Amino acid sequence: MRISTLKNIILSALFLTVFNIGFASETKEGGDDEKFDPKEMILHHVKDAYGMHLFDWNGHAVSIPLPLILWTDNGLTTFSSSEFHHDYNGEVIVEKNGQKFVNVHEKVYVLDEGATSVNYDEEHHPTNAHRPKLDLSITRNVFMMWVSIAVLFLIFLSAARRYKKSDNYVPSGVASFVEPLIVFVRDEIARPMIGEHKYKRYMPYLLTIFFFIWINNIFGLIPILNGANLSGNIAFTFTLAAITFIITTFSGNKNYWKHIFWMPGVPVPMKIFLMPIEIIGMFVKPISLMIRLFANITAGHVIILALMSLIFVFKSYAIAPVSVAFSLFITVIEVIVTAIQAYIFTILSALYFGMATEEEHH
Amino acid sequence: MDLITPEFGLVFWTLITFLILLFILRKFAWKPILGAVSDREEGIKNALASAEKARLEMENLHADNERILQEARAEREAMLKDARDMKNKIVSDAKDEAQAQATKMIEQAQAAIESEKKAAMAELKSHVAGLSLEIAEKVVREELSNKDKQLKLVEAMLGEATLN
Repeated sequence: MRISTLKNIILSALFLTVFNIGFASETKEGGDDEKFDPKEMILHHVKDAYGMHLFDWNGHAVSIPLPLILWTDNGLTTFSSSEFHHDYNGEVIVEKNGQKFVNVHEKVYVLDEGATSVNYDEEHHPTNAHRPKLDLSITRNVFMMWVSIAVLFLIFLSAARRYKKSDNYVPSGVASFVEPLIVFVRDEIARPMIGEHKYKRYMPYLLTIFFFIWINNIFGLIPILNGANLSGNIAFTFTLAAITFIITTFSGNKNYWKHIFWMPGVPVPMKIFLMPIEIIGMFVKPISLMIRLFANITAGHVIILALMSLIFVFKSYAIAPVSVAFSLFITVIEVIVTAIQAYIFTILSALYFGMATEEEHH
Repeated sequence: MDLITPEFGLVFWTLITFLILLFILRKFAWKPILGAVSDREEGIKNALASAEKARLEMENLHADNERILQEARAEREAMLKDARDMKNKIVSDAKDEAQAQATKMIEQAQAAIESEKKAAMAELKSHVAGLSLEIAEKVVREELSNKDKQLKLVEAMLGEATLN
């Protein structure tokens, strides 16, 4: 049982790696004369993008066009990402709603009045263009996020239906697969961290972030999705960490605030000394959550991409077995990391809720 | 630098999406699943508790049975003992009564015999007295019919009387 599971993991990791090669090679699309820049390629893959680029076919990029939703000086402007024709160097100018839009490294800029092309300063920032007031585009990360919640709905709503059907509460089908995970979150995360009396209130949140982070970590490892790196995006981790922070702050009881502002059981000078530290700690906790998830997932992507880039840096097929072997190894680790990071984010959130609701010791 | 700068657009969509996800899953997935799981756990706990209770009841029942059996045995013993005692008592009572009856009958018989004897004696006495008188009359009559004899008799009587 365990051996076959391991075999499956290795096989799927191998499969992933094969695809990794596929998308690493597509970065050569710039042309043979252009020098391969691994840093640019890696950043391009790790960051968000407007279109969902899947693969290249006969030299043509195949992608899912996604809508751009921009709030500009001239009001709401929407158009499809396909209008940029896969350009992200600010060369293709799209005219919409009386304004000119360019895609500079997957960020939309509005050209200033009268400008016909983008000028850059030394740091490659556009000088004659500005960002729209509001950019609510459905980027590939947003798109993948919606795919992921669709998958989550599919899994858990059908699992819940299984319970409704059976009167004897015996799990069957997908329910028998998700139930151990749900019970794990309840018995290994919520109960020990928050306590028997209060854990129930936080269960929906803990379960949701656990599965939401986990599935997006996994999706980030699927190369055909072009490594949509949602859980390795700081905006995503920022949002989840902020929600944890808000819930912690609002569920903080008297005891929690007393520990922050007037630490009991220590002399008065110590109380005064500890107050600012505790106040900083209040914010450091969610910030550490945000950075941990972002850095772990992004680092994993960067390592795999960097190992693959070796082939193109050395311009030799001989290096390929080494690259593949290493990136296979890292990918296997990443498969484990997907679950570990989801677990850590959830258990630390639960721990913070537990600290906020802890009753005074006697 | 923009790798670590949160994009507002993605923050916005993440927030909206996450809240929708949380709301829908909480209502349609976590509640029924957690409810079913805890119901099942409760059910298992109750089943185990009732099994334990049934086991204890069985044990009690068994002890009761044992006790009842013991009591029944003791009762039987007592009844048998009573019956034996009763039998012995009846037998001895009967014996005593018979004895008494027999004694009484013997006494009555003896008394009857005594009175009969007395009556017979009295009758015999009177009969003997009558007979004696008759004999005496006959004898006297005969003696007085002859002169000699009368004299002889008187003499004899006188002699006797003298002797006395």
